[in-house]
Amino acid sequence: MTMDAPVNPPALRSADTARVDLLLIAEMIAPGSRVLDIGCGDGTLLRILSDKHGVDGRGIELSQAGVNQCVAQGLSVIQGDADTDLAYYPDLAFDYAILSRTIQATRNPRLVLEQLLRISKHVVVSFPNFGHWRVRARLMFGGRMPRTDTLPESWYDTPNIHLCTIKDFLALCDDMGAHVERAVALNAYGTKLVSMPLSAQNLFGEQAVFLLSR
Amino acid sequence: MNENPGAESFAELKRREQITNPQSEVVHFPASEGLPLDGGAMLAPFSVAYQTYGTLNADKSNLILVCHALTGDQHAANPHPVTGKPGWWETMIGPGKPIDTDRYFVLCPNVIGGCMGSTGPSSMNPATGRPYGPDFPVITLRDMVRAQARLLDHLGVDQVLSVIGGSMGGMQVLEWAATYKDRVFSAIPIACAARHSSQNIAFHEVGRQAVMADPDWCDGRYLEDGRSPRKGLAVARMAAHITYLSDRALHMKFGRNLQDRDEVTFGFDADFQVESYLRHQGMSFVDRFDANSYLYITRAMDYFDIAADHGGVLANAYAGTKTRFCLISFTSDWLFPTEESREVVHALNAVAANVSFVEIDSDKGHDAFLLHEPELFDTIRGFLTSAARQRGIAGPGAGA
Repeated sequence: MTMDAPVNPPALRSADTARVDLLLIAEMIAPGSRVLDIGCGDGTLLRILSDKHGVDGRGIELSQAGVNQCVAQGLSVIQGDADTDLAYYPDLAFDYAILSRTIQATRNPRLVLEQLLRISKHVVVSFPNFGHWRVRARLMFGGRMPRTDTLPESWYDTPNIHLCTIKDFLALCDDMGAHVERAVALNAYGTKLVSMPLSAQNLFGEQAVFLLSR
Repeated sequence: MNENPGAESFAELKRREQITNPQSEVVHFPASEGLPLDGGAMLAPFSVAYQTYGTLNADKSNLILVCHALTGDQHAANPHPVTGKPGWWETMIGPGKPIDTDRYFVLCPNVIGGCMGSTGPSSMNPATGRPYGPDFPVITLRDMVRAQARLLDHLGVDQVLSVIGGSMGGMQVLEWAATYKDRVFSAIPIACAARHSSQNIAFHEVGRQAVMADPDWCDGRYLEDGRSPRKGLAVARMAAHITYLSDRALHMKFGRNLQDRDEVTFGFDADFQVESYLRHQGMSFVDRFDANSYLYITRAMDYFDIAADHGGVLANAYAGTKTRFCLISFTSDWLFPTEESREVVHALNAVAANVSFVEIDSDKGHDAFLLHEPELFDTIRGFLTSAARQRGIAGPGAGA
């Protein structure tokens, strides 16, 4: 497979590089579509989507504080758990289901992905790439569990229990028969890595965004 | 305590004026426009008493219907005509408040079966010329909602911007959204459930038996005999009141503190503050509420089961709904626990409805919906503002 051609990288660079994946995700969503954002946090992405892209957005968030913050801002969000609550939705209820930096914190990522591909036509997944050179270097030369900008917690209090690399995720998609429509790796500055072999993207990509479908 | 507890109190007589001549707007539906009830009877004629706050806009799109709870009434945001106390939701409804009367037109009707001007068991039975008493037909929450729909018809309002309520009020909200899908733009059911649980039916039965065990209940004809089952109704209220609080709330408020004494008396006076508090709650309740209304309305709640009305599947009740929902529950509410709200959320998810769900951390128990809970206020304000924007209603100060 090939990685994507660049789309306005300067605009992305000028944004908050920490959550530049959100802008990239927003870019993948067709305007006016029905969207479910799983692990929507304080609703940042949902707000971008409904304000700028006119989507009919819903959210699920595990933390009650996040949910209450979202609803008080007028967003449609419920308190729920990606591992258990996706089963309640009917088939193809949404155009896009978004799992932004959440899959690595689920108990059963494969089952969550199966559910998402069932309830939504398209699935957008972003995650921190555990194959990034800084992660590898910290483990190899520091001998300690890696802590980076995208993975700031210590091993004992991190919610991230199922970390993977870009290659790992592609293997899972392949195994599940999920079609990869787009795949974009971003470096530490939020720049899309293009015209680079997969192994290099897996080394230099700090995070990755995938657009999947069945 | 009263020398003759079975006699009518002055406050009670004052309250009874509200049955025939309420300090509220009233719509009288003549016998030709009776209300067919779920139980098969026809309530005809019937009246609905209501309060309003704010102004209905030109296209009648800014109405928020407020449904009151079991022992509430239409006086949500004005001083109560009997007790003189502030309305039960004065903190929520008013200019600049979450249910902002500068922006919305708020309608709060008394439920049928009630005792503040809408037709209920203490109203005159046209067939006999005497109060209905036990001859009043058993009603359901859906009957109450149908009566409210008739009121909206009368006011010329097709669709409400929102219908909101807590406890039995929340149950009415769920019934509204199931029965009149097109008439409900948004719905805010608070601290409620889509069916009344076995435990809740059990508590209600204790209350009803307490009323009926009082000899002054007179087989339900106490009004004709100039009596009142004050003791029975007070006991019913005391038992119910415990279910509205939480263990922690009671502990924080009273602990094991003694009432006006330094040690226990080895008798059955109200030694403990919590006993004294409950007795006061019971006695003040009977001044403002009718015993038969209590029987009929608790019965209506017991019969409530939306799924049963839709083939046993709750989701069926909401198939195809376009209503925006915002469910709210409280962590310490053991009368309507969060799980009950979550079941509704799951049913709404199953039909891909637009739903928000907020559980608020509170140690105040079921009654939290009536109290100053900042997160409750923020949630309702945010949700309503968003609903109004979607409905194209201008904000306050933006002109009519």
